[in-house]
Amino acid sequence: MSDITLDSKIPPGPVAEKWTTYKFERKLVNPANRRRYEIIVVGTGLAGAAAAATLGEQGYRVKAFTFHDSPRRAHSIAAQGGINAAKNYKGDGDSIYRLFYDTVKGGDFRSREANVYRLAEESVNIIDQAVAQGVPFAREYGGLLDNRSFGGAQVSRTFYARGQTGQQLLLAAYQQMARQVGRGQVELYNRTELIDVVVVDGRAAGIVVRDLITGEITSHSAHAVILATGGYANAFYLSTNAMASNVTAAWRAHRRGALFANPCYTQIHPTCIPQSDDFQSKLTLMSESLRNDGRIWVPQDPGDERPPAQIPEADRDYYLERIYPSFGNLAPRDIASRAAKRAVDSGRGVGPLKNGVYLDFADAIGRLGEDTIRERYGNLFEMYERITDEDPYATPMRIYPAPHYTMGGLWVDYELMTTVPGLYAAGEANFSDHGANRLGASALMQGLADGYFVLPNTVSNYLAPLLGTQPVPTDHPGFRQAEQEARERFGRFLSIGGTRSPDHFHQRLGRIMWDYCGMERTREGLEKALSEIPALHEEFRRDLRVVGDGQRLNQTLEKAGRVDDFFELAQLMCRDALEREESCGGHFRSEHQTADGEAERDDEHFAYVAAWEWTGQPGAAQLHKEDLEFENVHLAVRSYK
Amino acid sequence: MASTLNLTLRVWRQDGPDDTGRFDTIEAPGIKDDMSFLEMLDVVNERLIEAGREPITFDHDCREGICGTCSLMIDGQAHGPQRGTATCQLHMRRFADGQTITVEPWRATAFPVIKDLMVDRSALDRIVEAGGYITAETGGAPDANLIPVPKPVADAAFDAAACIQCGACVAACPNGAANLFTAAKVAHLNLLPQGEAERYSRVENMVDVMEDHFGSCTNHGECEAACPKKISIDYIALMNKDYLRAKFKNRRYLSRNP
Ligand SMILES: Cc1cc2nc3c(=O)[nH]c(=O)nc-3n(C[C@H](O)[C@H](O)[C@H](O)COP(=O)(O)OP(=O)(O)OC[C@H]3O[C@@H](n4cnc5c(N)ncnc54)[C@H](O)[C@@H]3O)c2cc1C
Ligand code: FES
Repeated sequence: MSDITLDSKIPPGPVAEKWTTYKFERKLVNPANRRRYEIIVVGTGLAGAAAAATLGEQGYRVKAFTFHDSPRRAHSIAAQGGINAAKNYKGDGDSIYRLFYDTVKGGDFRSREANVYRLAEESVNIIDQAVAQGVPFAREYGGLLDNRSFGGAQVSRTFYARGQTGQQLLLAAYQQMARQVGRGQVELYNRTELIDVVVVDGRAAGIVVRDLITGEITSHSAHAVILATGGYANAFYLSTNAMASNVTAAWRAHRRGALFANPCYTQIHPTCIPQSDDFQSKLTLMSESLRNDGRIWVPQDPGDERPPAQIPEADRDYYLERIYPSFGNLAPRDIASRAAKRAVDSGRGVGPLKNGVYLDFADAIGRLGEDTIRERYGNLFEMYERITDEDPYATPMRIYPAPHYTMGGLWVDYELMTTVPGLYAAGEANFSDHGANRLGASALMQGLADGYFVLPNTVSNYLAPLLGTQPVPTDHPGFRQAEQEARERFGRFLSIGGTRSPDHFHQRLGRIMWDYCGMERTREGLEKALSEIPALHEEFRRDLRVVGDGQRLNQTLEKAGRVDDFFELAQLMCRDALEREESCGGHFRSEHQTADGEAERDDEHFAYVAAWEWTGQPGAAQLHKEDLEFENVHLAVRSYK
Repeated sequence: MASTLNLTLRVWRQDGPDDTGRFDTIEAPGIKDDMSFLEMLDVVNERLIEAGREPITFDHDCREGICGTCSLMIDGQAHGPQRGTATCQLHMRRFADGQTITVEPWRATAFPVIKDLMVDRSALDRIVEAGGYITAETGGAPDANLIPVPKPVADAAFDAAACIQCGACVAACPNGAANLFTAAKVAHLNLLPQGEAERYSRVENMVDVMEDHFGSCTNHGECEAACPKKISIDYIALMNKDYLRAKFKNRRYLSRNP
């Protein structure tokens, strides 16, 4: 345990001027000197690719790492619905201030105002940048950019590229990075996984990686290290994340001294295809944009077994429209998810397992025609049909909430630096901008803001005084020891010789997390989880079976390392959820709700960021608090009624 | 209602790039028909691990048909029997009880096998690095609505940009050519006004690198049939036209020897 003081380094002055002030006052590195610095970027999703491309362009020598075979495969590729920006192209009253306000409110007043304001400011530059790079955003017939609405907003500010916005934004960032690879400014290490972070003399010195093809464990050092390694929703096993998404990079950094913030803030997305069976390997998201035109309902009567088309209007409960008339089907995610859970828990779920609610396009098809709906959501409808064998043009979709996104992550200051000097975290891997709930279409915005616009400005402030120094050599004992520990750790997985695969344990861990640390949490449930998880982890250590060896590609071995880290993270998520005796955003404690079942925040005691310090044991993390101050947005009950 | 299939898999097993490889026959009883193809392989792998045997290595990630990681040759067809569908989106209801299914990796000179069903497709990244971008350094972009792009143009660019870089086109091509991939990449950028300035240098650089790694196109059209995103072979014609013009303009020569 140490006496860390969390300095968020928020610049002084009015919120609208902080970023300009910062950019002027930060230290610069002269263009001719930039090639004397090396920067490691781990992760090539939106945040990592954007950072690597921009830093490479600026003249720094960048090494980029990804466990994927190509940078373009990062999980960002799967984002569907869109990206927010305060362009006000629709003239419907949007502004930077409104996007800022909506995001702080949407986050249930648990984010830092200064960060969010900067995000809203940079949002407009992202769209300009993306269009210049060739992102084929949706356009109107006049050739100008089109927008749609997303949950938690009453303006149309979401830019989109059919249902493949993440794909197109990632391709653009990847192409910008590829250009730097071609120019020799960025050196790319694919199929290479970070397995440890090395800190020497209190600063980030580099990373230890495993070559996934040869199994070889080596080190890389640099003046600064950026982690842009995505979120940890796969702690729940079943989630909308890609199969390989994992927490290892952030967790290893945490174990080396980086504080982990708000781990319990997880987002359960309201519109996913319900689980169909035990073999299921992941859950598929149906973009929130569908709620622009789809209406959500369940039968009034739990016993109603009629096919949806035969249930007359009077026997349907459009519960979001009923409870939240002003936002209706576009209520924010946390609220829409809990409402769906309640509908299903009340016995009114639909589908063979009665585990879903309807998302119905009949009205929209009647009003706009099937072609318009096809144009807007064709690929999503197709995806739905492939999976369920049902045609959503003819019968309503069935949807249910699923783990999707994690607002928590490595604690970072205004410069996106973790509590380890020289170690940065960007994109979903940090905790920075979304508070306790993220609004739709704002993760892409944040990842790109971090990568293109924030880090390239803040990193120089750290690097400038290091001019003339060399990175710590990789034969330094700090690296040697970390490599040795990693070899021993992977060797252990191989030598246990138990009976069960890493997936088997992951699935069981996910079950515990979903039951006790999912959409609704209670003290009792969390305590139960905190006793079951270490026991299961123990069983994992005793009974794991990894077939094959460590000198060749071994997917089971890769998975073992990732699951091992999820076990430790899961305990921290539960600890954090237990400690936070209030309900806010995605964190709903049943003990803390209003008479009509809405989340009840406790600003007096919990308006802080919970930043946890590793002390050597997963269950024994030490809590540090960063108090949140609201100078612009007044703390209010978050109402969407 | 879901029914259950008993299947036999003939799976390609190869220990590493230097191993010659062989088919392994694995029984796969009790497969539910609402599983995806990859979930079926997950089940088979769990059983292999339980039996102490090495699971089958295969590439996959998003399982939503968007990341382009999955890459299986199923009964001789890239991504299997369903048109416009990546392996991860293929469901077992497409197969019959008692069927024997042959599963192989992508086969192409430019895609060496890493292990079992996993291949190295990084040659595709090399093509992109050669010119598959618009030079637009961060910070200098004009307002996004400054240049209107007619909707049909934006749509055509998008149809090309939908490529997921899975390499099915290469695997399906008898010559192992990457023309459909390269053409899609070229067309996405060359169709847009933002991509105009580098139009000819782009196509020339990309095609040259493509030819270093991949076979030549002799218009078989297998690529289009195999593409999970149904990308049209017409883009190849567009690429060839731009390439010819680029050669004609000989821009590179002119710019190097002013
Ligand atoms: C189905 C789906 C739809 C979504 N739709 C939207 C949307 O419409 N709008 C929106 O704003 N957001 C959306 N999101 C959220 C958004 O896509 C993500 O939050 C965002 O893309 C994360 O980007 P990132 O760059 O932080 O990380 P990622 O894209 O997850 O990239 C992580 C990178 O890190 C690498 N990596 C991780 N660990 C290691 C390691 N140990 N060693 C080496 N490399 C490593 C990976 O290889 C990868 O390159 C969606 C998410 C999902 C799941
Ligand atoms: S796994 Fe991503 S496209 Fe198939």
